[in-house]
Amino acid sequence: MSRSILTRTIGELSASHPAMADFFIGVSGQTPKPDGSVLSWLAGVGEDRLSQWGMDRDQALAHIEALAGQIDALRSSSAPEVRVLTILGGINKQGQPEDLRLTLRPGELVSVVGPTGSGKSRLLGDIECLAQGDTPSGRRILVNDAPPPPGLRFSTHQKLVAQLSQTMNFVMDLSVGDFIAMHAECRLAGEVGPLVSQVIAQANDLAGEPFDRDAALTQLSGGQTRALMIADTALLSASPIVLIDEIENAGIDRKKSLELLLAREKIVLMSTHDPILALLGDRRLVIRGGAVVDIIETSLAERANLAALEQLDQTLMAVRHRLRGGQRIDSPVEEMLPWMR
Amino acid sequence: MRVITVAGPPSVGKTSVVDKTARLLKTRGQRVGVVKFDSLATSDDEIYARAGLPVAVGLAGSVCPDHFFVSNIDDCLTWGRGQALDMLVAESAGLCNRCSPHIQGVLAICVVDTLSGVHTPRKIGPMLKLADVVVVTKGDIVSQAEREVFAFNVRLANPRAAIVFFNGITGQGATELVHHMENAPSVDGLEGRRLRFPMPSAVCPYCVGETCIGRDHQRGNVRKMNFAGTGT
Ligand SMILES: Nc1nc2c(ncn2[C@@H]2O[C@H](COP(=O)(O)OP(=O)(O)OP(=O)(O)O)[C@@H](O)[C@H]2O)c(=O)[nH]1
Ligand SMILES: Nc1ncnc2c1ncn2[C@@H]1O[C@H](COP(=O)(O)OP(=O)(O)O)[C@@H](O)[C@H]1O
Ligand SMILES: [Mg+2]
Ligand SMILES: [Mg+2]
Repeated sequence: MSRSILTRTIGELSASHPAMADFFIGVSGQTPKPDGSVLSWLAGVGEDRLSQWGMDRDQALAHIEALAGQIDALRSSSAPEVRVLTILGGINKQGQPEDLRLTLRPGELVSVVGPTGSGKSRLLGDIECLAQGDTPSGRRILVNDAPPPPGLRFSTHQKLVAQLSQTMNFVMDLSVGDFIAMHAECRLAGEVGPLVSQVIAQANDLAGEPFDRDAALTQLSGGQTRALMIADTALLSASPIVLIDEIENAGIDRKKSLELLLAREKIVLMSTHDPILALLGDRRLVIRGGAVVDIIETSLAERANLAALEQLDQTLMAVRHRLRGGQRIDSPVEEMLPWMR
Repeated sequence: MRVITVAGPPSVGKTSVVDKTARLLKTRGQRVGVVKFDSLATSDDEIYARAGLPVAVGLAGSVCPDHFFVSNIDDCLTWGRGQALDMLVAESAGLCNRCSPHIQGVLAICVVDTLSGVHTPRKIGPMLKLADVVVVTKGDIVSQAEREVFAFNVRLANPRAAIVFFNGITGQGATELVHHMENAPSVDGLEGRRLRFPMPSAVCPYCVGETCIGRDHQRGNVRKMNFAGTGT
């Protein structure tokens, strides 16, 4: 037991993190005097209180010390640098080997395409958990040419990967504001207050119907949920790897969302059915039957077609906008599709 | 023989976790057996038997399940030695969030799931706070942000434990858990060992069968609520 913890004051320790303050209040049953040391505080706590809390004196001291260590780690660490990410093939759904050794470097955007159920989300999930042959696909992920140490695999504050999954709803019993604050607290060092407002404002910019920080997470609509997840992923993470799963199904402006999520000098993987998004990638992985079966470099011809596809898309968006606004879609087709003239 | 206690609230995925991990241990040449403790009924033994694991069941019935656990755990070791086990896993449901079957010098695993509410880690007592490894299941059902917030709260409730994310359906996380289980201390017997935390003293008339409500029956170890300053 380090002497420094024992002689630090309750007030000082409480100020280091809300969880520490909660602990002292929880054990004491009231806010303890801030100027006493840990030792003198503990000496004054009754057997009865400790027993209710579920610890004896030694266990309480060990808890305080471990908690202080965690808080220090939280304050000081950031995600380690990723120079290269390697995906080693596993097996497909038939159990046959997947012939794959794919290396990705910062600054790359890679699309993932394939029919529904082919295994796109599985691939992203394998990267999120830094799989070590322990997922159904048997894939393994290397970070800087080596298996990640277990500590890194399960760390929350050194998180390598920020993931926007296909999840359409939250299950946690919290308000939007409390949830984002908690997430910010576990992801980042420093002031969380302003960040929370920023995330909510950003989410409202993406979603059709605005919501405020007091809204219950579980009451948000599918679109609002995804908007919040996107803003949260974009603004709260310093992670060097970003995974995006079918953002076009979010029911919100996918271009705007993507602009938020695509950051420079990160490795980005995006599963999608949308040709415009897919062609934004430098390469695309083709998935079939649970395995990567092809890797296609986006060609110059494809890039040229992207411009035309975007035009088509804008036209359709304009029509959709009119539809949502309660207008009729009965103008002559040449007017809606100018290039057909 | 290595002994491991696995505890956690009902239906969090304890059996799924033990089943998937034991299958992996088996491929590594370990002979694993399981004792399942429950209060009234269980069908977990069928799951373990299907995985080819020797299994015994202890039902507490009308006795406090946690007291029942302590009274029988040493006999479970005798059974395990008879079965020539390398590893004995005791699965028990923490029913009152206050008791804890964890024993000093025996690897203690607590299982919680991400669906159980964000404040749950704080509410569970020594079963979580004094565990060596906390296994977090059902992460596949929630968003990454929720997974992280949940794990963070577990970390704050028990800053000393290793946290392992586990998918009870696919077995993802088993490699990690096997690593912890293979490093569990070996024990010959538990005679004279201590629980990590005392169970509540349960000596009031209701503990021994009283059913009638009223002051006259509240004798022995009685704690009354304090309503002073509550309400308007
Ligand atoms: N989606 C999902 N379901 C899970 C996971 N782990 C367990 N389950 C499911 O949760 C249910 C309960 O799992 P069990 O393993 O029986 O839980 P338990 O804690 O042993 O339950 P008791 O022994 O009855 O207290 C089962 O239907 C499992 O398939 C998981 O990681 N993800
Ligand atoms: N290589 C594989 N081996 C075994 N199961 C797989 C494999 N790849 C994917 N699966 C499973 O197939 C199902 C569908 O995959 P999913 O990734 O959700 O598809 P998609 O996102 O392309 O619609 C999931 O249950 C997934 O775990
Ligand atoms: Mg998918
Ligand atoms: Mg069970």
